[in-house]
Amino acid sequence: MKRATIQLETLTCPSCMTKIEAALKGLDGVNKDTLNVSFSSSRARVEFDESKLAIETITKRISDLGYEVKKAQVKDA
Amino acid sequence: MQRLILRNKRPITLISAILVSGAYTSHYLLHQEPAAQVMMLIASVIGVLPIALQAYQALRVKVVSIDVLVTIAVVGALIIGNYEESAVVTFLFLFGDYLELRTLNKTRSAIRELTEMAPESALKMMEDGSYQEVDIDEVDVGDSLRVLTGAKIPVDGQVVSGEGHVNEASITGEAVPVGKQAGDQVFAGTILDNGTLHITADRVGEDTTFGRIIQLVEEAQDAKSEAERFIDRFAKWYTPAVLVLAFIVWLVSRNIELAITILVLGCPGALVIGVPVSNVAGIGNGARQGVLLKGSEVIHDFSRVDTMVFDKTGTLTIGHPEVAQIKMYGEDQEETQSLLYSVESQSDHPLARAIVKHLAGAAAHDVEQTDVVKGGGILAQVKGRRVAVGNMALMRQEGVTMDEQARQDAAAMERAGHSIVLTGVDGQLRALVGIRDQLRPGVGEDLGRLRRMGVKNLVLLSGDNQGTVDLVASELGLTQAHGHMLPEDKAAYIKDLQQQGHIVAFVGDGVNDSPSLALAQIGIAMGSGTDVAIETSEVVLMNSDFGRLPHALGLARATARNMRQNIVIAVGVVLVLLFSLFFSSWMNMSIGMLVHEASILVVILNGMRLLRYRLRPR
Repeated sequence: MKRATIQLETLTCPSCMTKIEAALKGLDGVNKDTLNVSFSSSRARVEFDESKLAIETITKRISDLGYEVKKAQVKDA
Repeated sequence: MQRLILRNKRPITLISAILVSGAYTSHYLLHQEPAAQVMMLIASVIGVLPIALQAYQALRVKVVSIDVLVTIAVVGALIIGNYEESAVVTFLFLFGDYLELRTLNKTRSAIRELTEMAPESALKMMEDGSYQEVDIDEVDVGDSLRVLTGAKIPVDGQVVSGEGHVNEASITGEAVPVGKQAGDQVFAGTILDNGTLHITADRVGEDTTFGRIIQLVEEAQDAKSEAERFIDRFAKWYTPAVLVLAFIVWLVSRNIELAITILVLGCPGALVIGVPVSNVAGIGNGARQGVLLKGSEVIHDFSRVDTMVFDKTGTLTIGHPEVAQIKMYGEDQEETQSLLYSVESQSDHPLARAIVKHLAGAAAHDVEQTDVVKGGGILAQVKGRRVAVGNMALMRQEGVTMDEQARQDAAAMERAGHSIVLTGVDGQLRALVGIRDQLRPGVGEDLGRLRRMGVKNLVLLSGDNQGTVDLVASELGLTQAHGHMLPEDKAAYIKDLQQQGHIVAFVGDGVNDSPSLALAQIGIAMGSGTDVAIETSEVVLMNSDFGRLPHALGLARATARNMRQNIVIAVGVVLVLLFSLFFSSWMNMSIGMLVHEASILVVILNGMRLLRYRLRPR
């Protein structure tokens, strides 16, 4: 498992968080329990299985929603 | 294309503003009706694009968002040919969105200030031995780094070489620079005032003490209370419900105008954003003032606290006890001193450390065996003699006899407010040590203030003797004080208070008080920034600053009040709008959107007041 910290553009509404959470939960290989989208810091934290999907899949999913990904960091969980 | 539209939301808002005002000009001043209609139509189409896109993206992940309601309403208005309403609604929605972003950024400023104190780059030693400035993310554990005068220490680490003075105010609150040399620990986010240091990184990024503090503050702002989770669930079903309601109204009344007005009025914007805004602003204020409140549930409970229980040592007192008085009994005083010194050297109890410091230079013996008696002291074998160092209870247990003189001396020390450590050797009392710990400056005023704020019970629980505890209690005007308490006694006492219906906050340094910190509704840790207590308690007074406690309570109450106000505003506005729609004639789509956006701004501005919250003097 890897732990990703994704810095997003400033989130303007709590419903943005709901959208991003729903989108990432739908991805195979994402640990749903560790998913946390922070409204105050506009940051998403999640653990994922790197054998099932790449970080790029996650960031692409977010940018497809229309949110800019500023920086994505991956570390060993 | 998608991205292009969303990127240019601001210009689109501006264009739509120009078109709408142009349309009104030609309508009212120039009486050019066709031109006005065309401009309104163009404004609607341009304006609805970003909203419709967001709605589509939300629907793709099965979320019915506010954008969906607005898009359907606007499209409906276009179909029935009411271009004025569709244009005004899209413009107001976009403009409201813009104002929301602006004001929300203000509420987040407190946290941003904190994160901006985080180091961003480091001078890292490369493979060829030269130093290069790299981004902080490229620093790993074990890297060798150089820190120059005036720079921020980039990581938690150890000094390898060099010397300098570091300002650790961001971690400990102490603005006095601390001297650092080889072997010393340094912390990320602190500033090197002078000198040059070479360090190796032990912890980097979010794992550093500073990183953890920031993370805790961020998590606190996102931690949801029961009420918020309810609102979230409510909002999730509420939006589709509004959609269904509008559809039913249309089926029954065949009035499209009415149906799409319901869609606009039904947007739950202020309700969804009201509580998080208060939360972010309140916690942000705290973070700036050295008070960490962990989430809105904590704020809610803390605001209702009527009983505060305090630990003595390190909480009400400074926590650096000093020996005030020593009484020796028996002939060989030198032997007594060296036995006492040897045994106490084995312990890191604060009282033991005070004694060791006081007797520094006494002869040290090998201590053959030590047993720590919990809530009593230490039993040890030294040079074949049985030495007991501890409190009265331990002496009784060991059958150590005291003569009349010693009894009187002990009583006098107790009256003077000293903690007493007794030393018995082979069943004979050999020494009494009176130890004094100074009260924190200003503690009396802070407690007085808490009392005036309506905290009914201020209780002191301590492991110390009753005399000392009573003295402190009368000096500070506490309502109750109990001595001779073991950690488990304290926890039991708190449980008892809770069963009587009190809402209890426990204030302690978190080292031996963790059961009480965990048990009390609100555990308040005196954190020096490096403690584990930061993780386990609900409220942290950074820098161990007791003086922040009244502010913390005041802030929690103000924030809880603010959240309630915002909920009332949000619910009230929706009720008034729906009521006016059905029972009055002035309501239409545009006015509905205007009031709706205004209510969002009102709750945000109301929340922002918390950023400036300060406890009124006296």
